[in-house]
Amino acid sequence: MPDAAERLARLEQVVDDLLAEARRQGADAAEAGVSSDQGLSVTVRLGEVETVEHTRDNGLGITVYFGRRKGSASTSDLSPGAVRDTVRAACNIARYTSEDPCTGLADADLMARVLPDLDLHHPWTLSAGEAVDVARACEDAARGRDPRITNSEGATLDTHQGVFVYGNSHGFLAGYPTSRHSLSCAVIGEDEAGMQRDYWYATARAAQDLDSPEAVGRRAAERTVARLGARRLGTRKAPVLFRAEVAASLMRSLVGAVRGPALYRRASFLLDAQGQSLFPAFVRIHEDPLKPRGLSSSPFDDEGVATRPRDLVRDGVLQGYVLDSYAARRLGTATTGNAGGVRNLTVDSGPLDFPGLLREMGTGLVVTELMGQGVNLVTGDYSRGAAGFWVENGELAYPVEEITVAGNLRDMFRGLAAVGCDADAPGSFRTGSWLVESMTIAGE
Amino acid sequence: MTETFDIARATLLEPGGLATADLERVLDRLMSSRLDAADVYCESTRLESWVLEDGIIREGAFSIEQGAGLRAMAGEKTGFAFTDELQLPALFEAADAARTIARAGQERSVALRPAVAATALYATASPLLSLDEAAKVDLLRRVDAEARAQDARVRQVIVSLVAAHDVMLVAASDGTLAADVRPLVRLNVNVIVEAGERREQGSSGGGARSALAFLVDEDRALGYAREAVRQALVNLEAIDAPAGSMPVVLGPGWPGVLLHEAVGHGLEGDFNRKGTSAFAGRIGQAVASPLCTVVDDGTLPGRRGSLSVDDEGTPSQCTVLIENGVLKGYMQDKMNARLMGAAPTGNGRRESYAHLPMPRMTNTYMLAGPHQPEEIIASVDRGLYAVNFGGGQVDITSGKFVFSASEAYLIEGGRLGPPVKGATLIGNGPEVLTRVSMVGNDLRLDAGVGSCGKEGQTVPVGVGQPTLRVDELTVGGTHA
Repeated sequence: MPDAAERLARLEQVVDDLLAEARRQGADAAEAGVSSDQGLSVTVRLGEVETVEHTRDNGLGITVYFGRRKGSASTSDLSPGAVRDTVRAACNIARYTSEDPCTGLADADLMARVLPDLDLHHPWTLSAGEAVDVARACEDAARGRDPRITNSEGATLDTHQGVFVYGNSHGFLAGYPTSRHSLSCAVIGEDEAGMQRDYWYATARAAQDLDSPEAVGRRAAERTVARLGARRLGTRKAPVLFRAEVAASLMRSLVGAVRGPALYRRASFLLDAQGQSLFPAFVRIHEDPLKPRGLSSSPFDDEGVATRPRDLVRDGVLQGYVLDSYAARRLGTATTGNAGGVRNLTVDSGPLDFPGLLREMGTGLVVTELMGQGVNLVTGDYSRGAAGFWVENGELAYPVEEITVAGNLRDMFRGLAAVGCDADAPGSFRTGSWLVESMTIAGE
Repeated sequence: MTETFDIARATLLEPGGLATADLERVLDRLMSSRLDAADVYCESTRLESWVLEDGIIREGAFSIEQGAGLRAMAGEKTGFAFTDELQLPALFEAADAARTIARAGQERSVALRPAVAATALYATASPLLSLDEAAKVDLLRRVDAEARAQDARVRQVIVSLVAAHDVMLVAASDGTLAADVRPLVRLNVNVIVEAGERREQGSSGGGARSALAFLVDEDRALGYAREAVRQALVNLEAIDAPAGSMPVVLGPGWPGVLLHEAVGHGLEGDFNRKGTSAFAGRIGQAVASPLCTVVDDGTLPGRRGSLSVDDEGTPSQCTVLIENGVLKGYMQDKMNARLMGAAPTGNGRRESYAHLPMPRMTNTYMLAGPHQPEEIIASVDRGLYAVNFGGGQVDITSGKFVFSASEAYLIEGGRLGPPVKGATLIGNGPEVLTRVSMVGNDLRLDAGVGSCGKEGQTVPVGVGQPTLRVDELTVGGTHA
């Protein structure tokens, strides 16, 4: 396998060729992205190898602009012939799209000029056999944790590394190599009431930043066993504590409602919410696209715009939106460097750990799993399937399932009583658990 | 089928100088390890999409993905590698990576049989070329105009059109040689309506394995526009949904997503082989009321979930899953069928050459029953009538499933009451169909927009059902 620098140079050449071909075919402006990724994914189930997958993904995509009309095309083929054909396909599309005064590249003066090394490339050179050993250690730890663990969906080790290059006709051309490794485990427990399944995982840019296989396996088993004997609840209103691993989904709902397309399509319950108090004053939500080894770190966004850290929410007040340059033009404002999405979002921790949050709640529901897509970002109406634990007098009383939690996101955000200091779930959105004052729980 | 095979050979093999004899050599190379089975799956997908927004054609995109996935199977082990080069050296290299799951064995010689002759369920022509670009763009504009003409409260209309042409060829160590050429088109309309401070959305759409003419014929696309606006306007009037357990009447067609989530996934062979499904080991047992017969049918001409052959070259079929309430069978791919001593059912599907096949649904629906839809609604004193849904999800181990209503009404004293806001419904798969007490005579299939996700892979599917009464289901509203 050629080294990262060599692959980077090769992909830069492909982007250069794409942009030159676009110019040759008459485009006024163009932008292109090319990626090449390879990986290994190994699953062990009940101690035996189940799958060994070798992956090698290539992709190139180009968008051409003729005045204010655009066209896009992409392919998995990086050959010179494919470069020519893909540009031709994009140019053909652009003959039929409409003039759109907001379309085009991001402004040239916004292009990233300094490209800090964000320490994102830590390839893990392990053989399939070594990967099997790691996955087996993880699953063994899960299966050995409790005699009620009776079956398994297996443990999977996944390791990927690749190179990504972006360029546009402003002369911007840059890329960087990345790596990502994940270890996950899902096991099944059984008692007289039936079967339950749960899982846990770890993911990181560098192998040494992953939790140990044993820790991941044990956590998967503990989560599964804790669900055994789950009951339903009677329909009621109660406080709800969204455990850290599901609280991140509430951050995603916030981001979804303040993204450009939701705003300019008027498809958001947070239209014109910039400057409004959405949360209690203790809430700060910070984006850091330049976080070293961050899972979604990047020195520039998908349009080449320099990324920079910022507060999305400060003192409970929404500070800004999540925009690329198209959305910004539609809304008459400036891009926030979020083409491609939000990068590494963190909610400031509060003083309480998980047991402290339970005591603060007193009696209520802890949610550890959410099911379904019942979030309406146009109205903020929220209704999702849930499983977790009923809490009495500040302590876990028993597991619950087959219930829903419902409310409106505006009320849930405003009624956020506490954020815990128990952020322990992997992912690029980090938060402690969220205690929401009151929601409707539907059950029996 | 010969025409299909000729198209596949011309698209996938000939450009890289390959012939079927080369696929035999690649299979020989795979089988030189001690494997039970191996296959080579070659595929090329061309996809085009257009988006209209704010009355203008804002985006258009075209893509080609092509390559080959090579799979090696020994017992319950699978080795897999893929390449985006449809050439012999790349195929040999991928074969060597895939077969490392087993030790070296004896030389084997695979002889492919003539291509599988399956009933063609759709035309082979590329839907991308079935209308010219100007006509595609004009269709989007007419849909936009139709939506806006419905009501002055329509503030935003987004119309998307997708056409895909998928050519595949699979060769397997059991001698299977099969090809398929699959068209797929889809049009979606999403509208935002506003009245005072209130804002709501509505969406509709449809599609088929067909040419784009499907969307133009019978003014289907314009019908989607009217339907999206109608739903959005209904939602403007919606009151808070109730919370708690109650009788639920599900409308015909798309609400069949209930079957997909509540029983469909739990009856996929892999979960049952592994004993991880709440339905494992329950063949022959009553899992539904005697009114319920549920099938998975990949043979319906032109339907979104249909396949002439599955991705392992097995002709699709109509598989009875539940007959008069009794669990009859699972959906199988070749590997799980082999390991369970069952026959493949034509349900071996994969998202693309870069993904492993597994048992997946095609078109899953419940057969019609004896009741008039009106008498089903009239039978409910206080409950919910739900006619449109977003997506759903299931935990196949605990059996718990959800699906989210996007259009629903209260039933009060046997009559339809006011519309209620969207709410998630939650239930237990092995129990819910035992509570079906009435089945309508109005079986309908969905309009052709369904996509199903499993282990990170998305495939097109269909669902359907007649009007159903479920005596008790939990409705996740806010009004306790």
